Amino acid sequence: MKNRITDLFSTHSKNILSVFYTAGFPQLEDTVRIAQYLEKAGADIIEIGIPFSDPVADGPTIQASNKVALDHGMNVPLLIQQVKEIRKTVTIPIVLMGYLNPVMQYGVEKFAKDVAAAGVDGLILPDMPVYEFEETYHDLFASLNLCKTFLISPTTSEERIRRIDGITNGFIYAVSASSTTGAKGGFADEQLAYFERLKNLKLKNPFLIGFGISNQETFSIASQYSSGAIVGSAFINVLQNSTDFETDIFNFVKALKGKTSQP
Amino acid sequence: MKYDVDERGYYGKFGGAYIPEMLYPNVEELRSRYLEIIGKEDFKEEFHDLLKNYVGRPTPLYLAKRLSERYGATIYLKREDLCHTGAHKVNNTIGQILLAKRLGKQKIIAETGAGQHGVATATVCALMGMECIVYMGKVDMERQRPNVERMRILGTKVVPALSGSMTLKDATNEAMRHWINNPTDTHYIIGSVVGPHPYPDMVARFQSVISEEIRKQLQDEIGNPYPDYVFACVGGGSNAAGAFYHFLNEEHVNLVAVEAAGKGVDSGESAATTALGKPGVLHGSKTLLMQTTDGQVIEPYSISAGLDYPGIGPMHAHLFDVGRVQFVSATDDEAMNAGVELSRLEGIIPAIESAHAIAALSQYQFEKDDVVVINLSGRGDKDLETYIRWGKY
Ligand SMILES: Cc1ncc(COP(=O)(O)O)c(C=O)c1O
Repeated sequence: MKNRITDLFSTHSKNILSVFYTAGFPQLEDTVRIAQYLEKAGADIIEIGIPFSDPVADGPTIQASNKVALDHGMNVPLLIQQVKEIRKTVTIPIVLMGYLNPVMQYGVEKFAKDVAAAGVDGLILPDMPVYEFEETYHDLFASLNLCKTFLISPTTSEERIRRIDGITNGFIYAVSASSTTGAKGGFADEQLAYFERLKNLKLKNPFLIGFGISNQETFSIASQYSSGAIVGSAFINVLQNSTDFETDIFNFVKALKGKTSQP
Repeated sequence: MKYDVDERGYYGKFGGAYIPEMLYPNVEELRSRYLEIIGKEDFKEEFHDLLKNYVGRPTPLYLAKRLSERYGATIYLKREDLCHTGAHKVNNTIGQILLAKRLGKQKIIAETGAGQHGVATATVCALMGMECIVYMGKVDMERQRPNVERMRILGTKVVPALSGSMTLKDATNEAMRHWINNPTDTHYIIGSVVGPHPYPDMVARFQSVISEEIRKQLQDEIGNPYPDYVFACVGGGSNAAGAFYHFLNEEHVNLVAVEAAGKGVDSGESAATTALGKPGVLHGSKTLLMQTTDGQVIEPYSISAGLDYPGIGPMHAHLFDVGRVQFVSATDDEAMNAGVELSRLEGIIPAIESAHAIAALSQYQFEKDDVVVINLSGRGDKDLETYIRWGKY
């Protein structure tokens, strides 16, 4: 079975840009057109966040977007409808990222089946324990051809990174610093050393660097060590202030990747 | 034993460690070392010395004669309200700060709702000369001004939690975020039997001194270590965990947990988690949780700031699930009336949290010689403002 994520990484090993945004933000129905504009602008992966009332791994920007989305009434069934709508035109990989509780209330198994049917390629569930995935969901996800991405951080031991690498398919999400999400100016030396260490581990899965990627400079530095990077808070800030999504998204993606693609 | 946490941090189907990877090393360090550290002689000695000479333990088990008469039973009050800082919370903060020192941590963070756990943490940090930051919801800071100032006098930095509903659950989120951002030099002292494994078990162990003492004191007093009933209020569940701990395997001891019904269980303004909650994941554990059908956490309500938490510890979720502990609830009014009643009958003004445990007495038909222990988790000083506003005394 084909999966858009594994296809992408089998043909591209550099400068992959994954863009994160929160479903239902800034307006409930924006989820769909943001995805369409991202693809047009040249993003490689679309990562859509499922809003949660208590996003402990997120900094102020994504927290605020979660709150706005929930106030609009965003929820999992609606998101699945929106993904179906997105899939009518969009062909790049779609990853959903969400805290476990809303997924658990929908039913993890039903969730996996429904999102796979809607055209989702991978899931990131940051607070689902590795053991729970291994024992309960690994085979289900495999049968649905869903990739599962785990996070690693600078304090994750090599032993654990290798274990995570072993159960991942698709890509690994390397959090750039010991921090919550948020746009930052640049990378410190110890972060670069950590990227170098990751690169030298020669993992079976490619990895993307996320958290603190905000501009062309951080994107290109991250890409020197990895297959690419994930940008979230900086993009949410753009959406927050935009009156013309199509143009602003195009310019944002273009500026990050430092190369042109036609809208 | 039957109700103990298992190897992986579960009580039946509840518990575990549902944390983002950025917290994994912190939690794993604690998990892999807590039993070894708290089992060592030097730890036990220092812990018990501080509980005795600093906290003022053992706290009395007081035979409340007039209260006994009123409810037709033999009622003892376990006087946690007499602990230094005014509540049971300090039993846990003493334990955790000694652990943090042995883990080589230099800084402490904590969350607080009513401010009792914040004050207990600020106190032990002053005692040990450690830097301390306490997160407290902005709304709670306004409601619990005196405790904010107590923490500041003790040298703690109180940081307002401005996210979400700006109360206890948001303060907990902020403390977790701080811990993610400061993974190596900081220990997070969680204030109840909540959070990822090993917190629920660790906090329960530190609080278990309450039931250890009750057993000894009853043995001396009535020649039998077992009461017929133990009552305790439940916010996250730490005082109840401590009061129940050494009775869990004695199935003939009735254990009663009292939740805050707020304005009534079905009023939409309540914190009665077992009545209103469903299994879910918050703050690192799978437990019973008040939430919408979409899985968004509901902001609970109680007149008592220490009980308005949307979940209960996973140990309690399990004890409820298997029926070992009876869960009942008391409304704001019932608790306030019970607080005034205890004041009038025994000359003890209880914390409003603890008043919920007293309020549940009227829901039981006792035999005259039933031995009932109520865990009086805290004193009412911090609640004066609320008593005054309520006004019916
Ligand atoms: C006096 C008192 N009792 C009870 C509680 C509730 O906490 P727990 O359920 O963990 O004992 C609090 C919390 O602030 C408290 O201050």
